[in-house]
Amino acid sequence: MLRFIIRRLLLSLVTLAILLLIITALPNLAPGDPARKVAGGTASPERLAQVTEDLGLNDSIITQIGDSVTSVATLDFGTTADGRPVTDVVRTSLWNSFKLVTLSLLVIVPLSILGGMVAAYKKDTWIDRTIVNVGLAFSAIPDFVAGVFLLAFLGVPFEFFKVQANAPGAGPLTQIQHLLLPVIAVLAVYFGYLARITRAGTINALDADYTRTAFMRGLSTRDVFKSHVARNALQPTVAVLGTQLGYLFGGMVALEQVFTYPGVGKLIIDAVNGAEYPLLRAGVLAVAVIYMLATLTADVVIAYMNPRARLSVGDS
Amino acid sequence: MSDSAKPTPPSANDPSASTTPTSPAASAQAPPTSNEGKASRNQIRREQRRVLFRSPAFIVGCLIVGFWILAAVFPSLLTTFGEKDFVPAGSNSEPFGDSWLGTDSSGWDVYTRVIYGARPILIVAPIATAAAIVVGTLLGLVMGYYRGLVDEILSRILEALLSIPVILMAILVVVTFGNSRPVIIGTIGLLFVPAITRTIRSAAIAEADLDYVTSAKMRGESGFFIVTREILPNVVGLVVVELTVRLGYAIFTYATLAFLGQTGGNFTDADWGVDVASNFNQIVNDRWWPSIWPAAAIASLVIGVNLIADSIDKALKS
Repeated sequence: MLRFIIRRLLLSLVTLAILLLIITALPNLAPGDPARKVAGGTASPERLAQVTEDLGLNDSIITQIGDSVTSVATLDFGTTADGRPVTDVVRTSLWNSFKLVTLSLLVIVPLSILGGMVAAYKKDTWIDRTIVNVGLAFSAIPDFVAGVFLLAFLGVPFEFFKVQANAPGAGPLTQIQHLLLPVIAVLAVYFGYLARITRAGTINALDADYTRTAFMRGLSTRDVFKSHVARNALQPTVAVLGTQLGYLFGGMVALEQVFTYPGVGKLIIDAVNGAEYPLLRAGVLAVAVIYMLATLTADVVIAYMNPRARLSVGDS
Repeated sequence: MSDSAKPTPPSANDPSASTTPTSPAASAQAPPTSNEGKASRNQIRREQRRVLFRSPAFIVGCLIVGFWILAAVFPSLLTTFGEKDFVPAGSNSEPFGDSWLGTDSSGWDVYTRVIYGARPILIVAPIATAAAIVVGTLLGLVMGYYRGLVDEILSRILEALLSIPVILMAILVVVTFGNSRPVIIGTIGLLFVPAITRTIRSAAIAEADLDYVTSAKMRGESGFFIVTREILPNVVGLVVVELTVRLGYAIFTYATLAFLGQTGGNFTDADWGVDVASNFNQIVNDRWWPSIWPAAAIASLVIGVNLIADSIDKALKS
């Protein structure tokens, strides 16, 4: 098991190194003056010089890569335009994203697993079809579209739902109340996907010999699900959750914009609009690290659930 | 990136390259054994097409997508106004009153904006998807058939591209290369390559182990012939599914980029994502229609494309 984790970790580090390389090299590849593109056409010459410096374009590509590696190793990405350390700014928005993601997971995971299992158990009935089709329709919709709909049809008519997701300094319950609308939007986007994966896994597990044996031994449906079906049926769900966690952290750029929530997504779009490349770079890397850790954790959990999976790592 | 599309790895004629263990592959399609020849494959195709054309989901999807294509190509057939005409109803008029879907704060007709807004998204998304499919399928086939060192290196690079959310990578690329329309198309196309490559690659790995590939090799066919004439026809169903699924994502991605103001151009031009972004602040003032209608348009187009994707997938599995 330890060997598995180490091997998996090394693979992720290689991936991360390549990403770092891509992010560092990107401005060098752009035709024309990348600083002008980042800073916008009307930027003053001083601002242009500053952006060129920020992009590291005055140095050779080797120096730039060296600088990137150093800043990752020391967690020092310089300062923002208004003088705050980039690391602190990123940390604050990561914490905000963490709150939103945790609450979303607490709502989404149980609901979608339950939904998927019910759909599988009631396969080919109207219940199954409703869960699958409604989920499918919603999961296709971009998150900000769902967010705007929720804003109009829940946020405005009902005092209970808050249109601003951020409630700094408020008690935990009030904060949760403020986060409800974005969480529902995330639920709409992810429920169908997760439920579908769970449904497929459950159908496979329900078809398996051991499940039939368990039913024939006279176990109740509840017991069969608990001790025989769940462990096997949920492996794909765990794998998907691992990959989606990274997306939850950094992919909700537009949704955070709708509810003016200062998470990583908003950080990144603000960095873009303010032409703050170091902030942008650090934010993107933070998302990538979280994604890496999430998929790693998912793989370890799956390996724990299914010993056979330990053998096939790397053969992706 | 694009010159890596046609590498000839050193292992080209190394038979051991195809004996590497298969990974959990290609589930979307049960490949017909091509030993039975072209005739039976055509018959299966015909059967699948029949199932497809009778599927209600497919018909509804086509109607929705067809409507928006009509709007994108001939907007003036569907509305009498121009996208920036000031209409008689004035500004901020409520829907179903003086103007069908209401007017926004600039005095533009929301229905007209929605009709004209179909154009940018329906130019960018299909072109980007087509480019991604061509590159992704080629890469996937070559990597899956030849395996070896090049495959290993490319796999790592593609994985790195997939390791942050597509929308973040898109923002990053668009920011550095400028937000002109060709850049947007290229970015969305490039970002969809990894996922397509991964799917096609694992299908190609599974195919490469089958008897018909072995016998083609023994006949002394070239690698190019085997990949394009033997393997490709057997994964073409998968390619079609990928095409429709990715088209949905491309619409998704373009709409999000537009909403975030990263698509450049003139922000007064009708564009669903841009229109949602510039009007959703008024929802709290009870003026929901200038943003909800374009949002509904995005939703309907994505759902339409997904209905088509889903029914094609089902027909191929039937």
